[in-house]
Amino acid sequence: MSDLGHRNVEKDDMKPKRTNQLFKVFYFGCAILLLVELDMQLTNLVFKEHRHEYHSLEGLLGFYPVYAFGGIVLLVLIAKVMRKLLMRREDYYDL
Amino acid sequence: MISSYPPAAIFFAGAVLVAITRGRLRSSLMLLIPILGALNLRSLDPDASLTLSFMGYDLVPFKVTGLSMLFGYLFHLASFLGNLFALHLEDREHAGLQHTSALIYAGSAIGAVYAGDLISLFVFWEILALSSAFLIFARGTESSFNAGFRYLVIHVLSGVLLLSGALLRAHNTGSIGFDHIGLDGSAAGIIILVAFGIKAAFPFFHSWLTDAYPEGTPTGTVFLSSFTTKVAIFALVRSFAGTEALIYVGVLMTFFPIFFAVIENDLRRVLSYSMINQMGFMVTGVGIGTALALNGAVAHAFADVIFKGLLFMTMGSVLQMTGRINGSDLGGLYKTMPITTGLCIVGAMAISAFPLFSAFITKSMVMAAALEQGYNWVWPFLVFASAGVLEHAGIKIPYFAFFGHDSGIRVKEPPKNMLMAMGIAATLCVVIGTFPDFLYSILPFEADYHPYDLTHVVTQLQLLFFGALAVVWMMKSGIYPPEIRAINIDVEWFYRWLGPRVIGSIGSRVGSIDRKIRTSVLNVVNSSMSLAERGHGPKGPMARAVPAGSMVMWVVILLTVYLVLFL
Repeated sequence: MSDLGHRNVEKDDMKPKRTNQLFKVFYFGCAILLLVELDMQLTNLVFKEHRHEYHSLEGLLGFYPVYAFGGIVLLVLIAKVMRKLLMRREDYYDL
Repeated sequence: MISSYPPAAIFFAGAVLVAITRGRLRSSLMLLIPILGALNLRSLDPDASLTLSFMGYDLVPFKVTGLSMLFGYLFHLASFLGNLFALHLEDREHAGLQHTSALIYAGSAIGAVYAGDLISLFVFWEILALSSAFLIFARGTESSFNAGFRYLVIHVLSGVLLLSGALLRAHNTGSIGFDHIGLDGSAAGIIILVAFGIKAAFPFFHSWLTDAYPEGTPTGTVFLSSFTTKVAIFALVRSFAGTEALIYVGVLMTFFPIFFAVIENDLRRVLSYSMINQMGFMVTGVGIGTALALNGAVAHAFADVIFKGLLFMTMGSVLQMTGRINGSDLGGLYKTMPITTGLCIVGAMAISAFPLFSAFITKSMVMAAALEQGYNWVWPFLVFASAGVLEHAGIKIPYFAFFGHDSGIRVKEPPKNMLMAMGIAATLCVVIGTFPDFLYSILPFEADYHPYDLTHVVTQLQLLFFGALAVVWMMKSGIYPPEIRAINIDVEWFYRWLGPRVIGSIGSRVGSIDRKIRTSVLNVVNSSMSLAERGHGPKGPMARAVPAGSMVMWVVILLTVYLVLFL
């Protein structure tokens, strides 16, 4: 095994200031994408065309943001239940 | 100049040279062989083929087709990147064994995609299994030996099925050709599909992948991720295009692994589940079977070899440098491994299908083809699975390895050759995604597809940003499950836990009946022994020793009695 380099280092998580800035940019991106959605589907001020819709669900306003957010939450919640059923000790198969 | 050297032969010959050389010479050979091989591919006669007669069959171990060429180039590229990544290996890491098996492995994958008949395919199929197993054994731990052995058994079984199916098909149709087979209700078709399905990690046949790939060496798993499953995709495209059952299989493959990936601690096992998910998109494409869908399947296989290879390389680097790979033990590595972190993020963006990255131009082809063919129910599942990819491969892998909770581990960047291999793979992820026409121009089927329109870019960004927002919200609110030092049982539970115990309990039951029979027989023997002993034993009446003196006395007494009576 190689040297793990556990020197006397300060165990700090990411610098909070820089992280917060990154999160702000990310939230700003989400907001812009919501505005784009509203404009494309309703007002057409900047984007003159509707989204192309190949599937009936795509026509719903805010389909992608809602589906992605809800889908991930559901995914993680189901996975947490699965953990209760499937999780075992690391040496489970060695016993 | 037109040549017709079978591409696999170059790798097999190269493997022999690499096995007997050392040092710089071996390193240069390892890089030269895939380059020479690729030059040979360029100059290959488009109609080249080789026919041999064997036991009454005409074998075609080498035949050029458009589909073979695409996979041929892909495997040469994967071999080059993998060899570059593994160049630093030392003898204590079984360098010679790993380099040689990696070249044989690449050669057999290339051989398989140029195979013209099922028997030749079988031969390459088995070399593929055997050579790749050494990349797991070379890790040198007991658990890797066991996992490698289980891997080998399952893959040899797949080969045996392939051979049985091929012979049955030869018996029924008189043909052993490796071309369209399909499911026509014949047993041969089903057996061959199962053989391919095992290698393609179909649901319930997938556990070899999640069992063995995390046990490979840090460099070996990069090769493992590139060849075996992609040979299976090639075989499915060639023989089972348009088989509707594969749509259901493929959708299931995209769906179930993402749940396991959320709760898995071993980051290379997370990538293994992710791999099944990506294969699901390809298998769905094969099932749909139109030109666009097949192009999507093949293009996604191409992109996957590169971005999944890149992700396995970054995790291999982490394992190599820290000796650890569990999410629960890692974190904060970005401080001392900024380049690896950046390259991992490129791989994560590529697999998540960010615009300008490779999966953006390939995955959507399969989804578009599904809608085009009226498989509307498929689409919501694939969109959900795409969001799931972002969660486990896009966020979880980089976050738990390089950011997250600071583990206090401070290690250097991996050796230069590893960084170079990752750098090339990362560049390709961006180049393929930004200039899709290059990849589209080498796709085997005629289909028109334009990934970059406003709707696709906007909706994909919405999917990714709001999926990520959900993860951020759950992490901040503590809903997101932490990494725990534990394993999760999957299908392998049946043969790693239940099987041994069933056999054990049958054994102990048979043993107890056996013991009862033996005991009762022994009792009969014992009782007859003691009966005999009662009469004939040392204390028995038959064994009493009477002294000669007393006999003489009795004779005297008897004679005296006679004398008295007759006198």
